[in-house]
Amino acid sequence: MHRALPLMVTIALLAPIPAPAQDSAAGAQVKRGEYLVSIAGCHDCHTPWMMGSAGPEPDMKRALSGHPQDLAISAPATLSAPWNGAMNPTSTAWSGPWGVSFSANLTSDPETGVLRDFTEQQFIQTIRTGRHQGQGRQILPPMPWPAYANMTDDDLKAVFAYLRQVPPVKNKVPDPLPSKP
Amino acid sequence: MAKVIVTTPLLRSVQGRCSAVIGTMLVLSFVLFTNVPAIPQPATAIPPSTLQETGLYADPDTLQVDPAHLAFAPQYPLWSDGAAKRRWISLPPGTAIDGSDPEAWVFPVGTRFWKEFSFNGQRVETRYLERKADGQWLYAAYAWSADGREAQLVSPRGKRGAYPLAGGRSHVIPGVADCKACHQGGPSEVLGFGTLQLSPERDPGAPHAELRPAPDVDLRYLVDRGLLVGLPKALLDAPPRIAAATATERAALGYMHANCGHCHNERGSLQSIALFLRHNAETSNEPALASTVGQPVRKPAPGQSPDAVLRVDPGHPDRSGVMQRISSRYPALQMPPLGTELIDDEAVRLLERWIAEKGASIQQASAHEGR
Repeated sequence: MHRALPLMVTIALLAPIPAPAQDSAAGAQVKRGEYLVSIAGCHDCHTPWMMGSAGPEPDMKRALSGHPQDLAISAPATLSAPWNGAMNPTSTAWSGPWGVSFSANLTSDPETGVLRDFTEQQFIQTIRTGRHQGQGRQILPPMPWPAYANMTDDDLKAVFAYLRQVPPVKNKVPDPLPSKP
Repeated sequence: MAKVIVTTPLLRSVQGRCSAVIGTMLVLSFVLFTNVPAIPQPATAIPPSTLQETGLYADPDTLQVDPAHLAFAPQYPLWSDGAAKRRWISLPPGTAIDGSDPEAWVFPVGTRFWKEFSFNGQRVETRYLERKADGQWLYAAYAWSADGREAQLVSPRGKRGAYPLAGGRSHVIPGVADCKACHQGGPSEVLGFGTLQLSPERDPGAPHAELRPAPDVDLRYLVDRGLLVGLPKALLDAPPRIAAATATERAALGYMHANCGHCHNERGSLQSIALFLRHNAETSNEPALASTVGQPVRKPAPGQSPDAVLRVDPGHPDRSGVMQRISSRYPALQMPPLGTELIDDEAVRLLERWIAEKGASIQQASAHEGR
């Protein structure tokens, strides 16, 4: 037995320490959230697009950081019939009869991330009701919250968990612009 | 990459249609690429297709309300663009409301509420709440026909253009999500039928106070008839009223209790922003004072003036955040954010007066201390 002891100790030291079940579950939830964000088209509007070698693509260095603050837009698009809406090249500003909406910064930046004041419950309610923090002003087009409102609580929790740990990007998204009088 | 598809002329209808198109693409993506179950929400009961089927009327031909229902009027009505309202409650025979928690009455299964909205004498909509066997509340709204003879169930998405209002606006019958945004924002899903609203000690200065239907359904009435049990006796001995320094302040806080407190309270999901405008019958102080007067605006809303650094700046209504919010109907700035299209001018005047008087009283107190 005493001969085997050093070997057992060595094995014990080298063996991977199993992660606590809680951490594992949290990690799985974040992975699930990442997956959902990737298939639900969140990057289509919340990540600025740029022209890549194969055409437009999301700039993942600024993933989910919303409309770039240095990209000033001061008025809705001027359109002629039959067109009624437009978007800018980064796919983060959208003009229509409601005015101009700018996609939100969903990163974990403590100063400019829109979710910094959201609880998990508020995030779920926001998606369910289409209202800021679940009870406030309307979320503007083209955010497809009516589709996401059909997600399960578990899925929305996973999305929220993922967004909370997305690398912060300091980017103060401008306020929406009203429609032309 | 999502593309803009916007074809309709109005903001909210645009949002719905655009979102629906994009949403459809996204839902298809879900179906094609994942095995995630598509139906996440518990099945909800389907409301009756007509108002008549909810049991409001004893005689649908004459629209005579069933006399078994109790008509009531809260002392601080919710502003709904000047709509005249009638309200009724029906409790199943032999049941009672549990008032043990004065801030969150528990209503028996089968409880029904109706609220009728009229403009210029014309019925426009009747909203309906019913507590189902699973404990959930069923939400529905019924739109009246132009001849005022019948009311049909409105889509869960609501209905715009229900009645023309001033300034080219129109009354909106809210969708179920909007109903829940307010009704599920605090300790009880029932608003307007609670301890303060039914206090026998009514506020003579309450804005838009309504005539009380007979019999006068208040706390004493309900308790005496065994319809409300468990209410702390102290609330009957000393009926609840807002603790305020002046009549103006009492009315102002009462208005905010009814129009803002369903979301801005200490128990709901917005408690983290620490704006508590709901009166609490069991505390002697008013959270609305502590959380507004001299308190900083935490995050200015889009369109808010930068000089509004305080929620209530005593003596300066014009630079008080609360005033800027209730004086606006710009969608990103207005308060309340839903259920109203027109500014409540009477409330604006009341709150302006309150904030002005608050400044004067603070000045007087300072001068007195300085002597």
